Amino acid sequence: MSSPFSINGGACVAMVGKDCVAIACDLRLGLQALTVSNNFPKIFQYGDNVFLGLTGLATDLSTVSDLFRYKVNMYRLREERNIAPKTFANLPFICGFDSIGCIDFAADFIVSGTATDQLYGMCESLWEPNLAPEDLFETISQALMSAVDRDALSGWGAYVYIIEKDKVTKRLLKGRQD
Amino acid sequence: MPGFDFSNYNRNAALHARGVPLPKATSTGTTIVGCIFEGGVVIAADTRATSGPIVADKNCEKLHYISPNIWCAGAGTAADTEFTTALISSQLELHSLSTGRKPRVVTCMTMLKQHLFRYQGHIGAYLVVAGVDPTGTHLFTVHAHGSTDKLPYVTMGSGSLAAMSVFETQWKPQLTQDEAVALCSEAIQSGIFNDLGSGSNVDVAIITDKKTTLKRNYIKPNERVPKLKSYIFKRGTTAVLNEKIIRKEDLGNFVSVHELAVEETGDKMEVDA
Amino acid sequence: MAMFSQNPLMNGPNYSFSDAPKTSAPEGSREHRFDPYTDNGGSTLAIAGADFAIMAGDTRLTSGYSINSRHHPKVFKIGGTTADQHDATIVLSVVGFAADGEALKERLDSICKMYRYRHGKPMSVKACAQRLSTILYQKRFFPYYAYAILGGLDEAGKGAVYSYDPVGSYEREQCRAGGAAASLIMPFLDNQVNFKNQYVPGSGEGHALQERERRPLSRNEVEILVKDAFDGAVERHIEVGDGLQMMVITSNGVEEILLPLKKD
Repeated sequence: MSSPFSINGGACVAMVGKDCVAIACDLRLGLQALTVSNNFPKIFQYGDNVFLGLTGLATDLSTVSDLFRYKVNMYRLREERNIAPKTFANLPFICGFDSIGCIDFAADFIVSGTATDQLYGMCESLWEPNLAPEDLFETISQALMSAVDRDALSGWGAYVYIIEKDKVTKRLLKGRQD
Repeated sequence: MPGFDFSNYNRNAALHARGVPLPKATSTGTTIVGCIFEGGVVIAADTRATSGPIVADKNCEKLHYISPNIWCAGAGTAADTEFTTALISSQLELHSLSTGRKPRVVTCMTMLKQHLFRYQGHIGAYLVVAGVDPTGTHLFTVHAHGSTDKLPYVTMGSGSLAAMSVFETQWKPQLTQDEAVALCSEAIQSGIFNDLGSGSNVDVAIITDKKTTLKRNYIKPNERVPKLKSYIFKRGTTAVLNEKIIRKEDLGNFVSVHELAVEETGDKMEVDA
Repeated sequence: MAMFSQNPLMNGPNYSFSDAPKTSAPEGSREHRFDPYTDNGGSTLAIAGADFAIMAGDTRLTSGYSINSRHHPKVFKIGGTTADQHDATIVLSVVGFAADGEALKERLDSICKMYRYRHGKPMSVKACAQRLSTILYQKRFFPYYAYAILGGLDEAGKGAVYSYDPVGSYEREQCRAGGAAASLIMPFLDNQVNFKNQYVPGSGEGHALQERERRPLSRNEVEILVKDAFDGAVERHIEVGDGLQMMVITSNGVEEILLPLKKD
């Protein structure tokens, strides 16, 4: 029996650009080597421009994402404002978590999932500071697609969100279906 | 006291019994040190966090705030050092509010060891506690199982042997502040370069009876070398099958809570007298 | 007071990170095992060009969290006339267990030298590649724990790179990364050497887009890719660092380049 972290597979990556951030995920849902679905997004929206990418055991992704949605909605009702702190609202900001809550504040990129090694290699070589939204899109997309092609448990297409001050662009990428 | 959530305990125990490995937490295979000098104490740490052989964070903070005059350097499981120091910091603040006295380093150390001993080493926090209080200057180490030491110079983490070799060859009694800072950063650099679990930069905190100075990235001996080539792609290189743009003004369609327009005319409701 | 090491790998023999000791022995009985292998970390990389091949490796030798050497080469010239290998035309890189790598290099080198002595000509890369495969398979049930890559120029003068698994399965390839940081470097090579996932901008919509065509890279371009790939790997993998050794194989012979890498 393998680790719960790699039964279903999946990959997520986030990057900082100039006045923008990007977050992307693959679309595969698997049971060990068998692919069950090629339309299983792993990014969840919790506010105007707050996005969370989750990877790991699919049942826990559903549980955790629903729990967060409940908590965020309760926060909104209680506080009568969105959860995004004012200071962060206009600031490109990303961070990562391990499974027990240790925060990784990064000024460059964050990766997670079964393709972490591949994503670290790609991001470390491709990423550079101050990428414009259009360039950030190409960089994060190429990093994710090449990384998941070298991971048997991730892939089958991808969603990429580019988050800017005034808009969010969501794109579906063409990826290998094998 | 807030406790841990054990709701997944039975499921995880059953999985573990069937041979499922434990999850990989971010650990700070670390070098942390501390050293007392005439009039205060210095603690220092490297800034690498690892997950197995992979560097998870190149510039993390391992010097944790406990109170203005007490700071803590943490090694072991990153989340455990983070949350344990935050918990004790909060309890110590409440304690000093209720007693009306400045927090003491021994109090902090005792609370930490009692907390860690209760969890029998399952909380993987290895700490160097340092501070100045009305009773003087203090430096302790606290191990995950709850044992403690009190010494004039200490090291912990996977780079502790590399760092200790520096102290054992160069330490002398009655150091000045500058000498202590130099010795601690030398010890950390020994860990950074000779221990694979440690790396990147040196953080230093100096605590005296007057003030505490945190020198984040005091030495940066491992700046990334510039890339020989830019890897920016031509725009349009990636194959896109579908695109959706959500503009701020259209966000109302997706967000469930609306701001109600405030009527400028007429009396405003008094919210706060 | 006992000194605890926070690194479980340091309490006892050093194993690879992926092969940490398991306590699967039944209650009361003690498991005795023969552990002849150590993972000495490090990474290698090979890229074949139109009329050259570049073999590279870092020079760090590790066990557990310790650095055993900052200059321990993983890339070797093979089959020259003399011990200094000044006229060698084939290069072998090995990563994994350093002692096995060393032994494998010595075996292959002496076989190449014997071939030259008996036939009066150097071995071709193709023949050497096949021979390396048989050497590895001969130890099928007590393998050399080494990931080998062989590089040289083929009969037509084109760059040739052959990569192996520890028991001798091999394949000629355009490029290959091996060792600890292989998973970090390999997707980068797919993307930058074979232009995988890259399309020609404006050549169509969605599925109709044309794939970016492959073109042979120049020696200078490849050297830049190798250095950038290793700089990236050094940032994110703790077992890679200290020095970068590059062997450039052209029709003029083998040129060796040594560059510094980060040492933390």
